[in-house]
Amino acid sequence: MSKVTVKLTGITKSFGTNKVLRGINLDLPAGKITALMGANGAGKSTLVKIICGVYSANSGTITLEDVPFTPSSPSHAIASGVVTVHQSINDGVIPDLDIASNLMLDQLAKPASSFFINARKTRNQARKIAAAIGLEVDVTRTVSDLGLADRQLIAIARAMAHHPKILVLDEPTSSLSASEATRLFTLLDRLRNKGVAILYISHRMSDIRRLADRIVSMRDGEIAGTFETEPLDYEGAVNSMLGQQMAGLQLDTKPAGKPVLVLKDICLKAGAEPFSIDLCEDEVIAITGLVGSGKTDFASVLFGLTPLYSGSMMLNGKPYDPHSAGDAINSGVFLCPKDRASNAVIPGFDITGNITLPFLARHSTASFIKDRSEQTTASATISSLGIVCQSNSDDIGTLSGGNQQKVMVGRWLAETSRLLVLDEPFQGVDIKARRDIGSKIRQTANGRATIVFASEMDEALEIADRIVVMNDHTIVGNHLNKNIDMNAVMAQVAGQQTTQQQSI
Amino acid sequence: MTDKNQNSSNEATSVKTKSTPIDFAIRYGFLALLVALVIFFSLAAEGFAGPHSAVFIFQSVAITGILALGVTCTLVVDGFDLSIGSVATTALMLSAYVMVVWEMNAFVAVIACLVMGAVVGLINGFLIVKMRVPDLLATLGMMFLLIGLQRIPTQGRSIATGMTMPDGSVANGTFSKAFLALGRHRFDFFIDNLIPFSVIFLLVIGLLIWVFLELTRHGRIMYAIGSNERAAALAGANVNRYKVLAYVISGITASIGGILLAARLGRGDLASGNNLLLDSIAAALIGFAVLGAAKANAFGTIIGALFVGILLQGLTMMNAPYYTQDFVKGAVLVVALVFTFALSHHRSGGHT
Repeated sequence: MSKVTVKLTGITKSFGTNKVLRGINLDLPAGKITALMGANGAGKSTLVKIICGVYSANSGTITLEDVPFTPSSPSHAIASGVVTVHQSINDGVIPDLDIASNLMLDQLAKPASSFFINARKTRNQARKIAAAIGLEVDVTRTVSDLGLADRQLIAIARAMAHHPKILVLDEPTSSLSASEATRLFTLLDRLRNKGVAILYISHRMSDIRRLADRIVSMRDGEIAGTFETEPLDYEGAVNSMLGQQMAGLQLDTKPAGKPVLVLKDICLKAGAEPFSIDLCEDEVIAITGLVGSGKTDFASVLFGLTPLYSGSMMLNGKPYDPHSAGDAINSGVFLCPKDRASNAVIPGFDITGNITLPFLARHSTASFIKDRSEQTTASATISSLGIVCQSNSDDIGTLSGGNQQKVMVGRWLAETSRLLVLDEPFQGVDIKARRDIGSKIRQTANGRATIVFASEMDEALEIADRIVVMNDHTIVGNHLNKNIDMNAVMAQVAGQQTTQQQSI
Repeated sequence: MTDKNQNSSNEATSVKTKSTPIDFAIRYGFLALLVALVIFFSLAAEGFAGPHSAVFIFQSVAITGILALGVTCTLVVDGFDLSIGSVATTALMLSAYVMVVWEMNAFVAVIACLVMGAVVGLINGFLIVKMRVPDLLATLGMMFLLIGLQRIPTQGRSIATGMTMPDGSVANGTFSKAFLALGRHRFDFFIDNLIPFSVIFLLVIGLLIWVFLELTRHGRIMYAIGSNERAAALAGANVNRYKVLAYVISGITASIGGILLAARLGRGDLASGNNLLLDSIAAALIGFAVLGAAKANAFGTIIGALFVGILLQGLTMMNAPYYTQDFVKGAVLVVALVFTFALSHHRSGGHT
């Protein structure tokens, strides 16, 4: 057993009343790549931020090579040998400077470094840093001329100049192409052989298969499973990260009505496998899949935000080709987007204004807003979804996350739609609000088709008549939510090649 | 107002019982300050309370106020229009050129100015929405361009009847009486000749913009765009169209301001209107603080313009030197911004 570089014991972290980490115990052995998996909101990023000194833990201890380690700031963590490459590549490089300056940036930023820059010396040192990780580049080139992979490698090279004991990579391949990712993997192999402990966070199963020596999965702020015996149990890791215990509420699944939106041979992007699916009246379909499996792209296509790459869509028997959100809404296709803070909430408005925003035309005569009509709709939404607030005119920012989300969903339930698309409607929502929202969506589902994109398996099981699995921008599974074969679903989510599809 | 409406607003006020002194200060602080200022100057400066100084304040407030209302519209969509001052001076020169050099009538001059303002607004909107130039930079560029453009036809000279043109001819046109009346006529209001025509313009435009922003769905959507552009777009709003609209409104109001200035001056004076940009932006920003709105709003903008006008007139009558004016305006603006941002942040603190 190789020696343990970093050991975390009983780490907890709360933001307000929200417990994000509930006692994490984690070892990161030297010379091994530990893959960390977890759904959105499982607490991965918070854990990373604690390790790299952005946050401090509420309780628990970290030891770095058997010495207690409490990083006070990211620069302290880096100086101690804990180096992190963040998800957004441009956080790691400065595009307008040349490669040499980028590689030497930490040197230049040191207060002790000299006032004037010796260009030649900087270049020579930068070349050394690049060579140390086997990167062959012209260090005088400007970073903005480089591709994403090169930028990523430069960010890593810069990190490696600190001779890290542990390297943390947060979703490093999320914007890389397959061949670019391969270059990154070669580099990581080399670092592993040098004895660096690597914590690799990713949703991409292919990355994890390629790299991981061991897998740790997180769920709801806890370590849900550690997998380190060869051969690694990838499916088990996905299972433990998504959690598949039945949610304890039994659904009355309804038969589907007549088709509302018929999708034929559609491709979401170049090179993706085409797929066809009918979205039918009265039916709630949950679409599940890992991050990057194309769920968001699918939602964007349905709502007219990105054009369909190829194939055809028929809404109510007529061709459907929306060019904007406005087009989609006028055709009766509504989208409740994911990530409400950036995509949905109008922070300057009260509850009423947030609810009525998309349908102001219905609440006005000759463009003049009728306050009474607005308030009636808002009050109806507040009572039917059980939104906890003091009055219709509360600022949206005073509501809790769950209640804000209810407002966002209520916004789109206030008018009848033909197709309602909800992208991650349970994101950042507590269990009570999640049940309220879910049951409201099911109650109102008659007469329209409903699609819910959900990355958590229990959310899908809780709400859907039918569960559709996406992987690699196409549909790989289609199951009625009745005596569902979870193993088959999980295998499809993880991208295992199953021989026969469990389709109907 | 309907019963239901009153009920709900009663409910709202009765629930929000925790009105602390700070809440009160945020809501009424600026209005109280305005009243206090009027009382102070009435007592301290002889003649301040009389009709003459009122006329002077109204005159000075009207044009900046009209420009400020345009800026307000761009601020609502989270934009900014730095070109308003130069649009106004371009309108000033254009109206003079049309009437004095081309010897056309007042109607043509007014229409030409309004069209110019609208076109500048469209170009600003196009640069910002389609060319993705940041609003400050696009309108700054437009400002330079217009300042330069208005000098080209006369080779950098001001326009007045009898001037010699670059080609040697003499400009014989005059400002028509009707046009000059726009800037000079005063209406009787209890006292003879109290209300300048331009103030009527300010009130009408102010009312129109207030109604548009507060009562119509278009105004509501513009506020939504200013608050969270992405969310507004995903709710189906045509964000680009509304943004362009805001700059067109701003261009048109600025050209109206320029027309009124030309009518008051009676000549195409290149040096006039230097202060218009800063004064009107200050008025719109001070408006954020009025009634604790913490956002651009038409009523606040007019109060903001009035505030600056009263303060300057009062100080002038107390013999404060002219060169302290900008300093005072700057100080008022900074205080207003503190009101808006620091205090209202304090109020909505808690949730993030």
